Amino acid sequence: MYKIIEKKILNEAVVQLQIEAPLVARKAKPGQFIILRVDEDGERIPLTVAGVNKEKGTVKIIVQIVGGTTEKLSHKQEGEYISDFVGPLGVPTHIDGIKRACIVGGGVGCAIAMPIAEKLHEMGAQVTSIIGFRSKELLILEDEFKNCSDTLKIMTDDGSYGEKGNVTAPLKEMLENGEKFDIIIAIGPLVMMKYVVLTAKPFATPVTVSMNPIMIDGTGMCGGCRLSLNVNGEKVTKFACVDGPDFNGYEVDFDEAISRGKMYSTFEKHAHEATCSLFKKEVE
Amino acid sequence: MAKANMSITRNQMPTQDPRIRAHNFDEVALGYSEETAINEAMRCLNCKNMPCVDGCPVKIHIPEFISAIKEGDFEGAYQIITKSSSLPAVCGRVCPQETQCESKCVRGIKGESVGIGRLERFVADWHNTFAKDAPEKPDSNGHKVAIVGSGPSGLTCAGDLAKKGYDVTVYEALHTAGGVLVYGIPEFRLPKAIVAKEVDALNKLGVKIETNVVIGKTLTVDELFDMGFEAVFIGSGAGLPNFMGIPGESLNGVYSANEFLTRSNLMKSYLENPETPIMKGGNVAVVGGGNVAMDAARTALRLGAEKVYVIYRRSMDELPARREEVEHAEEEGIEFRLLCNPTEILGYNNPDDTKDPKNGFVKGMRCIRMELGELDAKGRRRPAPIPGSEFEIDVDTVIMSIGTSPNPLIKVTTEGLEVNSRGGIIVNEDGLTSRNAVYAGGDAVTGAATVISAMGAGKTAANAINEYLKEKKC
Repeated sequence: MYKIIEKKILNEAVVQLQIEAPLVARKAKPGQFIILRVDEDGERIPLTVAGVNKEKGTVKIIVQIVGGTTEKLSHKQEGEYISDFVGPLGVPTHIDGIKRACIVGGGVGCAIAMPIAEKLHEMGAQVTSIIGFRSKELLILEDEFKNCSDTLKIMTDDGSYGEKGNVTAPLKEMLENGEKFDIIIAIGPLVMMKYVVLTAKPFATPVTVSMNPIMIDGTGMCGGCRLSLNVNGEKVTKFACVDGPDFNGYEVDFDEAISRGKMYSTFEKHAHEATCSLFKKEVE
Repeated sequence: MAKANMSITRNQMPTQDPRIRAHNFDEVALGYSEETAINEAMRCLNCKNMPCVDGCPVKIHIPEFISAIKEGDFEGAYQIITKSSSLPAVCGRVCPQETQCESKCVRGIKGESVGIGRLERFVADWHNTFAKDAPEKPDSNGHKVAIVGSGPSGLTCAGDLAKKGYDVTVYEALHTAGGVLVYGIPEFRLPKAIVAKEVDALNKLGVKIETNVVIGKTLTVDELFDMGFEAVFIGSGAGLPNFMGIPGESLNGVYSANEFLTRSNLMKSYLENPETPIMKGGNVAVVGGGNVAMDAARTALRLGAEKVYVIYRRSMDELPARREEVEHAEEEGIEFRLLCNPTEILGYNNPDDTKDPKNGFVKGMRCIRMELGELDAKGRRRPAPIPGSEFEIDVDTVIMSIGTSPNPLIKVTTEGLEVNSRGGIIVNEDGLTSRNAVYAGGDAVTGAATVISAMGAGKTAANAINEYLKEKKC
């Protein structure tokens, strides 16, 4: 059992939890993920590590409430326990030797992008961050990004905060103005990452993307997290859990990944509604 | 003692009616009664040269335990088996006895061999139901051994070492102990409660099991030595599932057998309102002909599939699954499409409506008929496609059950650990790897194989670890 040490509600659909898991905290690096189960018979879900505290032995995760499991997790309180928490899984983000980086985060993807930005900042790299949200209400981690970015652009779809528009708009502008980045690290919805790659392409700037497909074991056994890469014209199958979750954005078949991500969307919607009504009943 | 039973046929195993069991996850085979077990035991001639023992990878004293059954001493029979096997209730159910112990049985020359596996199962179940005495925890010898993976090889190695007084810790990546016994083999063939009992028996011997620890990630093999372990056994099992490399394998509704079975078994998607989703119903094609393919096909049927096809590129003679599993599958209504091979998985795509929820899902599979040609290196006739013989079948789910390749996590984080070209860990006859004090066995070494051969490897390594640490002590 793994204790919830701290819980913070970041916005109506996103919670931040600090989980006591010393073995994971000791090892986890930016870009890696964990798999958790809320309770016995619960689903295994992968979540990217949003930070660690080695002294306290805690791991920070930031969770967007989308289905039954995340809904249930969001109702857990400080001092309560979840049944399983395993990691760190996947390969850490490659950031060695990077001098100038552009971090592009979308929505809850910013939670994963933030520790990478922090690490790059700590290493002395020049960090430009572009973070995007649907609206002001959904904005998270503004202060954290301010603290580790040389330049920070905040975008909202409706213009309720920062500038109105997509994250690709300022990225395009910067690249057109001759800004050079050793790497663009894009983490967010698949569609956003796809368009970041298309935006960067004319400038031949390398793009790393973080994939978050459906998976079960997370250790290279089930194969559910497979995705297709186009490597020099050849189709190659990779497994996000052991080969990723980071991949060269130019090689990823985003359309296929988007389609695969929808496999259980009807199920998820029902599971979410069912869990919500369960909690409502308890309140009544 | 009563006279030997010279019936040329063995006692039938009672089973659930195929029409009923095709819709439930309860165990198919129901087990012998005490009377039937004694009657079957009487068929054993107690041969002096014991050919059956030679056929057993863990060398169970077969005639001896069967003699105990003849006398009605079922607990005594159990004690004889556990001297050699840590998991008798499991082996009695999933071992391919017909190619091992039973294939050597003298009674098999003129009739059917003694039902050794069925007797083993009977004895183990009798013990689990009636035995009261907890196994005695041996005195500790103060030496620590770490086991990686709680599948059949790891549990066997752990049990053998614990019985010798070692302080054994088993590290398991998943949230439940048992490895393939819990994520792979379905409830109707091996009830999870039985695996839990076997694991519990090891706990009582003092074996500690740490779940949610991925060796190679959470801890490395080198860190285990730093923590004071003096030897490590790697039984991390088979790894990444293989796919065919044909178009359409990324469509929604295409699973590896590992994923499909893990969802149903470990994650309990077969329950009425599961938390973990799985595709149920419709038509299902399982590609492959091994035991795992049979498990996947029969699971799909129980989950509510209308039709389940097993697509295998050779003929029934070459089909590698156990006969009993094939017979059970046929009785339940699984259709075997032999001498055929998929060439493409076809997806649904509505060009007029990009939001059509069926877009991106499987709607069919194109296959080609095969014929058997010349012998290959292994002496099996090589299947070749018959030009122009392609046809399509309507399916909603495709399950690829064409093997796995070993997991890379431990290899890449353990310096000096050598693997072969297929990724299997290289070991000598004692199970010792290229690293001092690091042993390995099971699918991590051989690639996908049987539960009992993994247990055999766990046993060999346990002996070798004992010899190594005994010498080290002096």
